[in-house]
Amino acid sequence: MAAQNFRHALFCAIVTLIIAYPILGLNLEARGIDITLTGADTFTVVMVFIAAVVVFAFQLFRDGIMETFKSLPGLRSGGAHKEPMAENRRARIESWVITGIVVLALFWPFFVSRGSVDLATLVLIYVILALGLNVVVGLAGLLDLGYVAFYAVGAYTFALLSEYLGVSFWLALPIGALLAALFGLVLGFPVLRLRGDYLAIVTLGFGEIIRILLNNWTSLTGGPNGIGGIPDPTLFGMEFGRRVKEEGNVSFHETFGIAYAGEHKVIFLYLIALVLAVFTALVIRRFMRMPVGRAWEALREDEIAARSLGMSRTAVKLSAFTIGAFFAGFAGTVFASKQGFISPESFVFLESAIILAIVVLGGMGSQIGVILAAVAVTILPELAREFSEYRMLIFGAAMVLMMVWRPQGLMPMRRIHIELKGQE
Amino acid sequence: MLVVDNIHTHYGKIEALHGVSVEVNKGEIVSLIGANGAGKTTLLMSVCGNPQASSGRILLEGRDITTAPTAEIMRSGIAIVPEGRRVFPGLTVEENLHMGGFFNTKSEIQKSLEHVYELFPRLKEREHQRAGTMSGGEQQMLAIGRALMSRPRMIILDEPSLGLAPIIIAQIFEIIGQLRDEGITVFLVEQNAHQALSLADRGYVLETGRIRLHDTGKNLLANPEIREAYLGG
Ligand SMILES: Nc1ncnc2c1ncn2[C@@H]1O[C@H](COP(=O)(O)OP(=O)(O)OP(=O)(O)O)[C@@H](O)[C@H]1O
Ligand SMILES: [Mg+2]
Repeated sequence: MAAQNFRHALFCAIVTLIIAYPILGLNLEARGIDITLTGADTFTVVMVFIAAVVVFAFQLFRDGIMETFKSLPGLRSGGAHKEPMAENRRARIESWVITGIVVLALFWPFFVSRGSVDLATLVLIYVILALGLNVVVGLAGLLDLGYVAFYAVGAYTFALLSEYLGVSFWLALPIGALLAALFGLVLGFPVLRLRGDYLAIVTLGFGEIIRILLNNWTSLTGGPNGIGGIPDPTLFGMEFGRRVKEEGNVSFHETFGIAYAGEHKVIFLYLIALVLAVFTALVIRRFMRMPVGRAWEALREDEIAARSLGMSRTAVKLSAFTIGAFFAGFAGTVFASKQGFISPESFVFLESAIILAIVVLGGMGSQIGVILAAVAVTILPELAREFSEYRMLIFGAAMVLMMVWRPQGLMPMRRIHIELKGQE
Repeated sequence: MLVVDNIHTHYGKIEALHGVSVEVNKGEIVSLIGANGAGKTTLLMSVCGNPQASSGRILLEGRDITTAPTAEIMRSGIAIVPEGRRVFPGLTVEENLHMGGFFNTKSEIQKSLEHVYELFPRLKEREHQRAGTMSGGEQQMLAIGRALMSRPRMIILDEPSLGLAPIIIAQIFEIIGQLRDEGITVFLVEQNAHQALSLADRGYVLETGRIRLHDTGKNLLANPEIREAYLGG
């Protein structure tokens, strides 16, 4: 056992060296027309070695370290040792906490920088996306790798409607969501009989088709150049720009007699995203308690059993796809408005993967977990800007660690009326 | 109650049932026995419309359900306990049972829940346990209980004794007898020929997609051929 551990540890350390040294240590530099390869400075080399030693030590004493972590309270999996807590008391605490967070979130943007509010808007967009995908993957158990397509449908619906027909944000919001839902329904039909990996591949293909279509239908979508000049949302006809763009509208700062500030628009968009995120969470929560929500779970748990109880596979699957897609459409519209410019670039497979990662990290099916994960996954890379090249690396490492420690996610789903008992 | 009239069922090009006719009258227990691969499960699934029979007719309480969609069949007073139990592993016992009464009203569910707990006190004890962590016997009880939640007039069981200890099997067969006494029609598929036939009013023997014999349970038990082939001599 010990010898085996040692060999394994040595192997891991060497792999670390082999991977880390060329990535961190070697630089290609352009001098005139030549490219020269320069070695690393001593500091980097030392750091690489230290990293290898750490990997070596960790692998050598892995069993011991894992044991220590397992015995830490709170990291225990499955809640096997949690005392049953009165269900309604916990629900009450939970709803108080959530209300508190929402109230904080309402006032918070007035005290922070414009950049933070902008980032927070992005976080909220991801929250909406992840909550929507959570219906499909977490609740209904349908692995959808092309979710970003519905996001794209929402965003492009708004962009195209505003470009060609001058439709405003508020009208485009429901249209975008409904159109995305329609796409969800249409995609649902061919994949009704598929499950697991096959479903994943088909949805992946669908996501790519939409993106490639947007990329190549140049006459309509502008192709890779994207669509710009997407208008900001208005507040009862008040615009947030310095000058009013559309006739008949007034500007926000003049109406209220305050000085123009760019922040107003950012904060307004943030508040819209916040309201939509709360709306999404509430609506989906409602669905979860309704029969359709229970049917999703039955389908996820065992399709044959669900059908034997008289549930219609068609209706259950299509409802999950459609509702999931609907909220992606919401998110897409907000995103288009926030960016003011969209191109197929924003809707690559990586986006689907990130949203899926959020759902998995958060604990499939659990809303609070998914919201926390959305915040973490969006904000952490921003905080670690200096390491931006290693973003995906850190991301991957975080995923691996999560799967080792908490395979069930940050906050595993708890069904509404379960009490945990010791015997689990 | 249930009339299966000369049905053929195909999996792709392969024909699994070559003209099977079975009749189950109201209030009876009818057992269907047969070797592995005889087509027992296929027959039950054809009744449920998944896969649908390619020819022949299936009547449930006089209504032709041969081409009805599965979801509709399963909501018309018939319930199935599928082969291999198929409880919802991640849900608790209580939640599993609630799923069984998916299309019923709250008060109906409450009533059937009490009834199921009466039949299987063991399930009551394990109310909040996740179904996937229960023993095979308990899962089988749960599967039967779940099927009963929709208050069916007829229940179909596919090998309920599969992989269970003799004492549990005896319990389950006792419950099946009890169900008949309550007026539920039972169609039972079994490998466990002895017990299935002793309990049954009538029995069918299925061999490679054809009905070979059909008689009362008692006569089949006494039949030397059956003794030879299914009861170990
Ligand atoms: N989905 C399927 N696709 C193709 N062939 C199938 C399928 N299901 C069953 N079969 C075939 O149909 C025949 C009957 O199978 P069935 O499952 O009905 O047998 P059974 O009598 O229930 O057997 P057992 O007692 O082992 O459960 C077998 O030859 C089997 O290989
Ligand atoms: Mg079978």
